[in-house]
Amino acid sequence: MLQITGLTHSYSDGHVAIDSLDLTVADGELLSIVGPSGCGKSTLLRCIAGLIRPTGGRITLNGAAVDGVPDDLAVVFQDYSRSLFPWLTVRDNVALPLRRRGKSRAERRAAAQEALESVGLPDAGRKYPWQLSGGMQQRVSIARALAYRPSLLLMDEPFGSVDAQTREDLEDLVLQVHRAEKMTILLVTHDIDESVYVGDRVVVLNRSPARVHADLPVTLSADRDQIETRGLPEFVRLRAEVGRLVRGGARIPGAVPAGAAGGILKSDIRHQKGVGPDTMADSESGGTRPTR
Amino acid sequence: MRFRRIVYGAAGVAGLVVVLEVVSRTGLVDDTALPPASTVLREAGRLAVDQDFLVDVGATLKAWAGGLLLSVLVAVPLGVLLGSVPVLNTASRALVELCRPIPSVALIPLATIAFSTVVQQKMALIFYACLWPILVNTLYALRDVDPVAKESLRSFGFGTPAVLWRVSLPSAAPFIATGVRIAASVALIVVISTELVAGGDDGVGLYLNETQAGGGRNDLLLAGACWAGALGLVANAGLIWLERIAFRWQSARSEGVA
Ligand SMILES: Nc1ncnc2c1ncn2[C@@H]1O[C@H](COP(=O)(O)OP(=O)(O)O)[C@@H](O)[C@H]1O
Ligand SMILES: [Mg+2]
Repeated sequence: MLQITGLTHSYSDGHVAIDSLDLTVADGELLSIVGPSGCGKSTLLRCIAGLIRPTGGRITLNGAAVDGVPDDLAVVFQDYSRSLFPWLTVRDNVALPLRRRGKSRAERRAAAQEALESVGLPDAGRKYPWQLSGGMQQRVSIARALAYRPSLLLMDEPFGSVDAQTREDLEDLVLQVHRAEKMTILLVTHDIDESVYVGDRVVVLNRSPARVHADLPVTLSADRDQIETRGLPEFVRLRAEVGRLVRGGARIPGAVPAGAAGGILKSDIRHQKGVGPDTMADSESGGTRPTR
Repeated sequence: MRFRRIVYGAAGVAGLVVVLEVVSRTGLVDDTALPPASTVLREAGRLAVDQDFLVDVGATLKAWAGGLLLSVLVAVPLGVLLGSVPVLNTASRALVELCRPIPSVALIPLATIAFSTVVQQKMALIFYACLWPILVNTLYALRDVDPVAKESLRSFGFGTPAVLWRVSLPSAAPFIATGVRIAASVALIVVISTELVAGGDDGVGLYLNETQAGGGRNDLLLAGACWAGALGLVANAGLIWLERIAFRWQSARSEGVA
């Protein structure tokens, strides 16, 4: 179980990215996290991954405080192209983390090839990352995380650069490995549809500094289908609700104030700070993608 | 494109040779001070098969390669150490900036006292001159390693030494190689200067000195200088070629293939 209490992080320049955030994720849960651009989602994942030490609060994983990178963790970084190593071939990029698993060279290569096939890149192994398109690089970084078979997988906007068809395939791939490997997955996304389609639960963060604005269980059956599930009335209802919450959390001028947005709001919403004018450049206005 | 560059380059060299020839033959400049280019080139051709001169070249190359290798072996690990320990990095910065501008040749008198053989003197001075470009490039390259790349490996549970070995060093390698290439051309200047000043048994610098004994043969001096330049050219081109092959990922990426 992942337990986050009162998590606060301010960067050295004084910018408060996360302000007393509470969140609990059960083992084997697939949690979608949505929130406007720049609200602190990546910062949250970095804290959970032990890559940065939060300035306040507490994160425990299975009862032990996170101090440094936890075992059995994999991260799909938002900056996928920077997270791949240009001096290694695609296959070696995927195989490299498996050294930690004590596997032989042949086993590592076989596992890498298998992971590349699962993301639809069976022939990319001998190429270098910079010879691939952005979407393909993104899939390589997903393959690297999947090949590692972590018990906790953090994915930071992992499908942002792939085309719509591939995106649906990758969503189904995540659902499939989640079920097969019973790993805990935290998936950050901009896409409201995706958050509902993939998640067992959707957490909406509000505009910077990040806090949990709303926390909704996804009341859909575990078996999901791209066409059918998305047509269900329950899916449509959830999608609309998450959309409203994201807008509320984003506090677009003229939008419904956060407290009135509906949904299962956290009780501590009344002492929210930072209600004043946004200091952030709001280039992606609320960070929501248009629904399909 | 490449063909044109070669043709134009060759034309430029040929043009200079012709100008020098004319200047000398017409008596614009005294031809003992500046012998005709054709004479210089003929002498340079002779030197290529002159046993004594080849021994000199060998001695110069040996000191050059030895000093350069020594400085790589010291500067890279030192750069890694200073670059990865913040306290040492800050503490050493002023020292590096202070020692770096001291020209190696200024230390020749010191080297002649400190080391008994000229070979040692040459190597020590080359070592000093090469240390800085390699050290500084290593330091800056390590500082500029992409933090996301390091985090990626760390997130899979790799520790600091593994991140250094598998991410920082490969990613810094092209810049370190550039430092070595700069050092190589500095080293050539240093080794010949030291030979000119400190003497010794063999060396291109020694040969250049000897051409001036008893009357002075400027044609031979210039022929020797041509070969010294050629050595520098070949070394530089060779190192660039090696860099291209070893760090194809670097050039391909910066040229925006993808
Ligand atoms: N290294 C950093 N130093 C200072 N501020 C940062 C740093 N990284 C992110 N921030 C700031 O923290 C906020 C949250 O960033 P981030 O977690 O990347 O948001 P998100 O992933 O939700 O888009 C942003 O305002 C961003 O500018
Ligand atoms: Mg982000």
